[in-house]
Order: sequence, then C-alpha cells, then structure tokens
Amino acid sequence: MATARKTKTPGADHKGASGVDLLTYYREMLLMRRFEERAGQMYGMGLIGGFCHLYIGQEAVVVGLEHAIEPTDYVITSYRDHAHMLARGMDPKGVMAELTGRAGGYSKGKGGSMHMFSTEKRFFGGHGIVGAQVPLGAGLAFAAKYRDQGAVCLTYFGEGASNQGQVYESFNMASLWKLPVVFVIENNQYAMGTSITRAKAGTELHQRGEAFGIPGVIADGMDVIAIRAAGDEVVGHARSGKGPILLEARTYRYRGHSMSDPAKYRTKEEVTKMRAERDPIEQVRARIVEGGHADDAALKEIDREVKVIVAEAAEFAQQSPEPDPAKLLTDVLADA
Amino acid sequence: MPVQTVREALRDAMAEEMRRDPAVFLMGEEVGQYQGAYKVSQGLLDEFGDRRVIDTPITEHGFGGLGVGAAMAGLRPVVEFMTFNFAMQAIDHIINSAAKTRYMSGGQLGCPIVFRGPNGAASRVGAQHSQCYASWYGHVPGLKVVAPFSAPDAKGLLKTAIRDPNPIIFLENEILYGRSFEVPEGEHLVPIGQARVARAGKDVTIAGFSIAVGYALEAAEMLAGEGIEAEVIDLRSIRPMDADAIAASVARTHRLVTVEEGWPFAGIGAEIAALVVERCFDELDAPVARVHGVDIPLPYAANLEKLALPDAARVAAAAKAVCYRS
Ligand SMILES: Cc1ncc(C[n+]2csc(CCOP(=O)(O)OP(=O)(O)O)c2C)c(N)n1
Ligand SMILES: [Mg+2]
Repeated sequence: MATARKTKTPGADHKGASGVDLLTYYREMLLMRRFEERAGQMYGMGLIGGFCHLYIGQEAVVVGLEHAIEPTDYVITSYRDHAHMLARGMDPKGVMAELTGRAGGYSKGKGGSMHMFSTEKRFFGGHGIVGAQVPLGAGLAFAAKYRDQGAVCLTYFGEGASNQGQVYESFNMASLWKLPVVFVIENNQYAMGTSITRAKAGTELHQRGEAFGIPGVIADGMDVIAIRAAGDEVVGHARSGKGPILLEARTYRYRGHSMSDPAKYRTKEEVTKMRAERDPIEQVRARIVEGGHADDAALKEIDREVKVIVAEAAEFAQQSPEPDPAKLLTDVLADA
Repeated sequence: MPVQTVREALRDAMAEEMRRDPAVFLMGEEVGQYQGAYKVSQGLLDEFGDRRVIDTPITEHGFGGLGVGAAMAGLRPVVEFMTFNFAMQAIDHIINSAAKTRYMSGGQLGCPIVFRGPNGAASRVGAQHSQCYASWYGHVPGLKVVAPFSAPDAKGLLKTAIRDPNPIIFLENEILYGRSFEVPEGEHLVPIGQARVARAGKDVTIAGFSIAVGYALEAAEMLAGEGIEAEVIDLRSIRPMDADAIAASVARTHRLVTVEEGWPFAGIGAEIAALVVERCFDELDAPVARVHGVDIPLPYAANLEKLALPDAARVAAAAKAVCYRS
C-alpha cells in the first residue's frame, strides 16, 4: 500500500476520551438514532413522503467529525443529511418539520428530506445529485481561503459517489490551489443495491487522492473515538494551509438505501452481526459503563431527555401548518 | 388482448430486441442484479447474462459517453438512466457526442443508441428529482425524442427506437410504470413521429404526451358530462412532432389546449402553439391555451406540489375557456 505512511488501520490509535466526551458522544448519537427511528415511523404513517434516506448505523462518523471542527467551519453533504444537521446544532423541530413538508421546516416545506440548509449553522445542504456536493464543498473551501477566514469545509460523500468524475476534477483543483477542504468518504459498503466490490476498481478509497498529492487517512466509522482522532488529524492538516486531505470512514447503514428499498442485496445476518458487534452507540455505552463514567440511572436519564426532544420535534412537525399556497411562487429569484 | 403494465411492456420490448439482435445490450445503474431501480429490467440479467445486462458504477457522464462510443463502433446500446434528472450529468455526450456526430462526419458515423428512463415528477421527491426534459431534448437536431403514455405504445416505440440508426431519447414516467393496458400479442412496432387520437371529439383538441395524456383523457370525461366533446391527441413523439395530426385535429375542432408537466417557457406547448399558428392559423376560433407545470422548481410540500403540477381539473378548465364556456 503506497500510502501506508499516512494510513491507519481501522480501530488503531484511539486517543483516550474523557468521561464527559463519551457521554456527549453517546447523547448526540442517540438523538440521531431516535430521531431517525421516529422519522421512519412517520414515513410509514404517511406523514413523510418521497425519498427519506436514514443514516442509522453511521452516527459515529458525523459526531466524531463535528467535534473536530468549529461552528464557523463549513459542512456539506448528500441527501442522507438528517444527522449532519443535528450534529451542526440545527433544531430537530425544524428538521422534522421539513420532513413533513411544513412551513416550520428549514426550507419552509419546499425542500424536503434531501434539501435543507442553514447559513447560520454553516450547513450548505442536502444535495440530491450523487457527487454534486463535492465541487460545491471545494468551492466553500475556496471562499474560506479567499476571505482568509481560517475555516475548513467538511465535504461528505458516499463511496458510490466517489466514482463520479466531478469528484476527481475537485480533487485536482483543491490540491492545485491548496484549498482547506476535508473530503470525507462515508464508505457504508453499499450504493443503493451495489456493494463496493461490484462497482469499484480498487476498494482502498483513501488512496484515491494520491495521484493528486492528497494524503489519505482511513478510520473505523463505527467507532466515534477513532473518528474523532482521525478528525483532529485531517482537520488540522486542512486548517494549517497544507491543502486538502481525504478521510475514508468505514461504516455501515442498517436500513435500506431509502424507505422504499427492501435491501434484498445483503443478508439479514450481515446486518444483525454489524448491529450486534459494531454498533457505534453500544460501543460508547459499553465504554462509559466500563470506565465507570455513569451508572445505569444516568444513562437512562439521557435516554429520557433524548426521547423528549424527539417527541417534541415530531409533535411540532405535525402541528406546524402546511406552507401558505401564496408562497408557491416565492423564493425563485432574489429581488435585484 | 393480454393486459400488461407499462413496466412489463418495456421489459418485453428490450428482451425481444435483445433476442433478435446480439448487438443490443442494456447498461445502467442497478439494471442487473437489482433488476432495475424501478424493476423495468426484471429478469433480463437471468436471460442474457452480465455480458449484455451491465451494472455500472454511478458515473453517468462516463457510461453515457461509453455507450456513445460503443454505438459508434456499431453496437446498439440501451442506456438506462435511473431517472432523467441524472442524465444531466451526461447531457454533453448526449448532445455533443451522440446528436451531432452524424452531421459533423458528413454522414459517415452513426450513433444507434437509446437513452431511456423515467422523466418528470414522481411523488414528492423534490426539485432535483422532478424535472421534465421533453423540451430540452426536443430542441436538439440529431436526436429523436419519444414519450409514450400507454403500454402498447411503450413497447412498440421502444422496439422501434432500438432498431433506429439514430440516438433516441426515450422518456418514461415512474407513475405510469404500474398502469395496465391491453398490449397486442406478437411483433408490435409503433413508428416514431406519429401521434395517435386517444379519444375522438369535435369541440376542442387536447394534445399532450406521457402522463399528461391521462389528465387529458380524464378531463375529456369530465367535459363530456358538460356537453363538450374533446379530442385527445397522444403525441407519443416529441421530435419529430406529428404536425399533420395536430393540424388535422385543429381543423376539426378549431380549438387547442396543450398539456405538459414541464415549464412553460420554450416548452412543448409553446412549440405546438407556434406550429399551429404557422400551419393552420385560420382554423383557430380561440387562442391556444397551455396547461403546464408552474414555473418554479418543484416543491416538496404535499399541498404546494399539487398546486405546481397539471391535473385533469386544470385541463378541463382550460378546455372550457377556449370553448368560451364557464
Ligand atoms: C447523479 C445521480 N445518479 C444516480 C442517483 C440515484 N442515487 C441516489 S443515491 C445513490 C447511491 C449513492 O450511494 P453512495 O454514494 O454510496 O451514498 P449512500 O447512499 O450509501 O450514502 C444513487 C445511485 C442520483 N441521485 N444522482
Ligand atoms: Mg454508500
């Protein structure tokens, strides 16, 4: 492996995390999990329509990386975006209300699950065309560098997206112009029904920036501590002016590609095994208990708090009115 | 006649042409092992194997261009786009490489290729997944563009498209995939460039394509209850457009409503209005009315989406307006 110098193997080199850190990670990942479980139920009840892509199983990636960046940094991702928004500190009520297509949603009901944004939280979407967010992320980093803001851009995309040509056009420009961008490949093993080995010549995705002089790091995407450590490294690299860096997070989605995918392309055992042995939330929970950082009662209290937040979001998303029909034609162009 | 869904008719068309001509192959995302994102290619991998039913990576610009190259070399690719929204990644090859090459080569080089997949809105899939490309591709010399409504037309037109020596844009519709129609048994070909009278009438012509034909037929039923006999023209082909059929119908009814899901500006309705003005202006007893998608990116919210797309009620209202009935 040519990049062996820069490359870590999954699970290696964990930095010690404090009890406070572990409890924070636990709470944040649990909120994402419960939020999306609820979204899945609401989809089943017909309250959410169209496509709805759940992130369940991958929570460690976005939580670990969010803790490696600042609120002033930029984040952009694909349609599988609910957890990224919660990680950015966006209001669960506004996210859930967008899922139900209501006026209280982040896009006032006009965007839906795949298209939400918050300039305040520096979250730039929510993009439905596979790979399109990659040059956009390079552009956000370009703007950060242009304005000398010291900010970096986390640009998330799937391993399936990493076959799109525009990804490599972005790699070239980002490296050429030393843009402060972290390319994060969320390798969840599947692009819709296509497993990574069926679509890729060479499955070591962290090496895919090599020809452009972009170093690659690989991390265990089921382990939030490993991701946090890798995040510190890659964000530090991008922020220091050395240009782009590529992080491959090896992770796994438990649910179908979207709510309409029965996921017949893999065995139930494969999913069950992942959940049983590698679940990111269970791993942190075990560490908390082993380290004596919290007792059962304290963890139950976190569960309860999270439940309340999700229940309130779900309630808001059903009570918020449908968008005013008078808004049908607004927001197409800004007044000039 | 046996009844089939549009989905099955499309599958059968591909299977029959693949049996007939070993140069025909199918390529696209999830067309093989997954049996098609919308199950249109169900069973084809089993019958034809992975040499001829090819799962691609997510690289539309790449496999779109690769398909064009293979067609230049004499193969007959059927390239499936999971939806036509994603063909925007490949549109340079569709237009610059596929549509223009015969002309640029002085007739030397051909490009017998079919680009197919669902076009237009589905249900609440948002702005980036809900666009109608009929007018985009209809604009381009060197392409043929078809957009069937019924299962027999889907089958007959796809078979004809696969045999055609030119690049064809074959616009399907996700909502129509599950709809059933009678389909003739045996070899069934439908010529490109011919519209069909889907319902005869003498008071007003309603012309549309793809899912809009359904709205037009529904509207005709509503209008019949009010004593207006609407003639519904299923265009089937966008390019070449069957101007004769439209002009002949307008000569019978003297009034015209066009229906499409796409945007109004430079849309198919605008093109039809222009051709009617050129061909048979004197036959018109009222200005042409266009029913179309509202001129906005498609919203996700259920109530806004409904307001943004054409439906039978709006078609009927437009038909009444051109008949000066309220
Ligand atoms: C250009 C384009 N092609 C195809 C699609 C349909 N599509 C949506 S998601 C997806 C799979 C993407 O997989 P991956 O990049 O691994 O991301 P994941 O869904 O696993 O998070 C496909 C093929 C699309 N949205 N855009
Ligand atoms: Mg994936």
